[in-house]
Amino acid sequence: MTAGGFDSATRISVGQALTAEDIAAAGLHADEDVARYATRLGDDALILSQRLSWWISRAPELEEDIALGNIALDLLGHARSLLTYAGTAGGKTEDDLAYFRDEDDFTCVHLVQLDPGDFGHTIARQLVYSLYAYELYTALSHSDDPTLAAIAQKAVKEVEYHVDHAWQWAMRLGDGTEESHRRMQAGLDQVWPFVDELFEDDDLTDRLKGVAVQPSSLRPAFDDAIRRVLAESTLELPSVPQARTGGRRGEHRESLGFVLAEMQSLARMHPGASW
Amino acid sequence: MTDTTPAAPSPQQGDAPQELWPLWEVFVRASRGLSHVHAGSLHAPDATMAVRNARDLYTRRNEGVSVWVVPADAITTSDPDAKGAFFESPKGKTYRHATYYTKSEGVKHL
Amino acid sequence: MADSSPQASTDPGTTATSSPEQEQFDRIIEQDSRIEPRDWMPDAYRKALTRQISQHAHSEIIGMQPEGNWISRAPSLKRKAILIAKVQDEAGHGLYLYSAAETLGTPRSVLNDQLLTGKAKYSSIFNYPARSWADVGAIGWLVDGAAIQNQVPLCRCSYGPYGRAMVRVCKEESFHQRQGWEILHSLANGTPAQKQMAQDAVNRFYGPALQMFGPPDGDSPNSQQSMQWKIKRFSNDELRQRFVDMIVPQAEALGLTLPDPDLRWNEERGHYDYGDLDWDEFKAVLSGNGPCNAQRMAHRIRAHEEGAWVREAAAAHARKQADVETKESTLLRHA
Repeated sequence: MTAGGFDSATRISVGQALTAEDIAAAGLHADEDVARYATRLGDDALILSQRLSWWISRAPELEEDIALGNIALDLLGHARSLLTYAGTAGGKTEDDLAYFRDEDDFTCVHLVQLDPGDFGHTIARQLVYSLYAYELYTALSHSDDPTLAAIAQKAVKEVEYHVDHAWQWAMRLGDGTEESHRRMQAGLDQVWPFVDELFEDDDLTDRLKGVAVQPSSLRPAFDDAIRRVLAESTLELPSVPQARTGGRRGEHRESLGFVLAEMQSLARMHPGASW
Repeated sequence: MTDTTPAAPSPQQGDAPQELWPLWEVFVRASRGLSHVHAGSLHAPDATMAVRNARDLYTRRNEGVSVWVVPADAITTSDPDAKGAFFESPKGKTYRHATYYTKSEGVKHL
Repeated sequence: MADSSPQASTDPGTTATSSPEQEQFDRIIEQDSRIEPRDWMPDAYRKALTRQISQHAHSEIIGMQPEGNWISRAPSLKRKAILIAKVQDEAGHGLYLYSAAETLGTPRSVLNDQLLTGKAKYSSIFNYPARSWADVGAIGWLVDGAAIQNQVPLCRCSYGPYGRAMVRVCKEESFHQRQGWEILHSLANGTPAQKQMAQDAVNRFYGPALQMFGPPDGDSPNSQQSMQWKIKRFSNDELRQRFVDMIVPQAEALGLTLPDPDLRWNEERGHYDYGDLDWDEFKAVLSGNGPCNAQRMAHRIRAHEEGAWVREAAAAHARKQADVETKESTLLRHA
């Protein structure tokens, strides 16, 4: 997965196609707060990847199986890099964090936890998450933490493609048929209550000035972009109330327990085993 | 992997039902300095999606730096039944090739 | 993956009547050159190839399911990534092969209908369940291993587009077999429970993997014609023997046993002898009575039906856009 040239023995530098293996081999030690921050971003990417990979063998057309597979793999790559880095604070691996943390130790936003709906729901969630993640990683590319910056630099290029994918589909579903318009709008309405949480600042992001991105600072660019997509797609900006938040504090939707139960089942049956 | 007749509808295709998503031929440039080479085909609703599907399908392993997609039915091929007549002329005109000229053997830089 | 259907073609071939086109076709086959889509070809050749390539494509598509079931439960994130990439490759291989089949004049929608209505077969191996994580390893090592054995010679198949698709597939599939072997290697060197899991998986998949090469040569009626046409380059039994010879030392390297009491080296033949396979079971699975036939088909049909509104929406949008000027396609629309 390394696109060549990155020497894991040297300091992490930006502009490299960074992998989890590179980070694990680099002998880094993240500070506690940085680890907490990397964990929440990693959890978002991991759970969304888990949701998205469900589509493989179920997509509307074979070409789309491949497209969604690519996106799921990109997200899993982001999760692995972020969790590997987070793990360096406490001597843990990406797998320790992914498989052996309990539900309330996860800090992902509610958006990624939602049960899978139809393709319209999936595109709506991808659109919201990708637009947010694009702004996030763009800003994080300039982080004072070189590892976070390097991870973000690789991720932002991939997320740019995810934005395009969701955008293209939103346009087609919004404009296509009466049924597709209805379903795409319904998908948007279903995910919209979970948008505000993406942009909530908290103590951690306040403490990590210069290292973390203040989520609220990303909102204007996100709003601009989403308005443009929706207008192009003949879709309405949903006017639905926002849901209660809490993902970053470990207060989750019921659905997360099921995702984790499935994801962690095999690893937990064989604690300490290697695969 | 070149194929001079990529789309190549067979005589049977006239009776076949219309595909909801048309067929596209995909050409990939492996690296800078090389020409685009036919890689295969795929189905897509339109050109915008076709070029993206081509990226996802044919460049997953770093196989390309540029992709072309062409509607399969936009490709005109030489008439296969006229192959003999079409490609006969160059045969026997070996003087178009450097190897035809042998006197200069042993002479440098010629 | 492997085309293991023993479906017989009763077509005697078309070499009896000799037109100039037929002679040209025969000459190309004789010279080990390639037939290309626009060339004249006997109807029986077109039919046999369409059947073979599309069955192969269907096998790739149905083959996504047994391993796909483990994506959500893969026991490490690295294994999860590898498995996603692998299952995704299978969709890709299905696409390459459908493309090749389409050059013979049958569009993908028709091929897909044949699969969904049960008119077309796919490799019976995918009607077995992937019960444990070790099955993912066994499928990679044995099933993909058998598929590669089948596919490498097909890179030189007489039909150009099929051969080219196989070149691409073989290149990509080499990682599939290795990752499967690696999964089993980790398990075989892991805890006793892991090792048992690996042995059980090998026990389950050994026989069905050997059957992927199709029935014994004596019971494979259309093989002869396919060999003449060079759309099959080695007999079922030849390929099966090669495969057995290959996996015996690989199993030893894993420290796992192959569940065949008759398996032993035959000095005289210079090959491993192996025991009889259960061909009644093979026929039963192929004719629809395997453990997962109904489940695999239902999954595929559901995906197709639930995707209909999406496919229609995209087509409708394309029709509307066709009237409008083609928009420039910048990658990042919101930049």
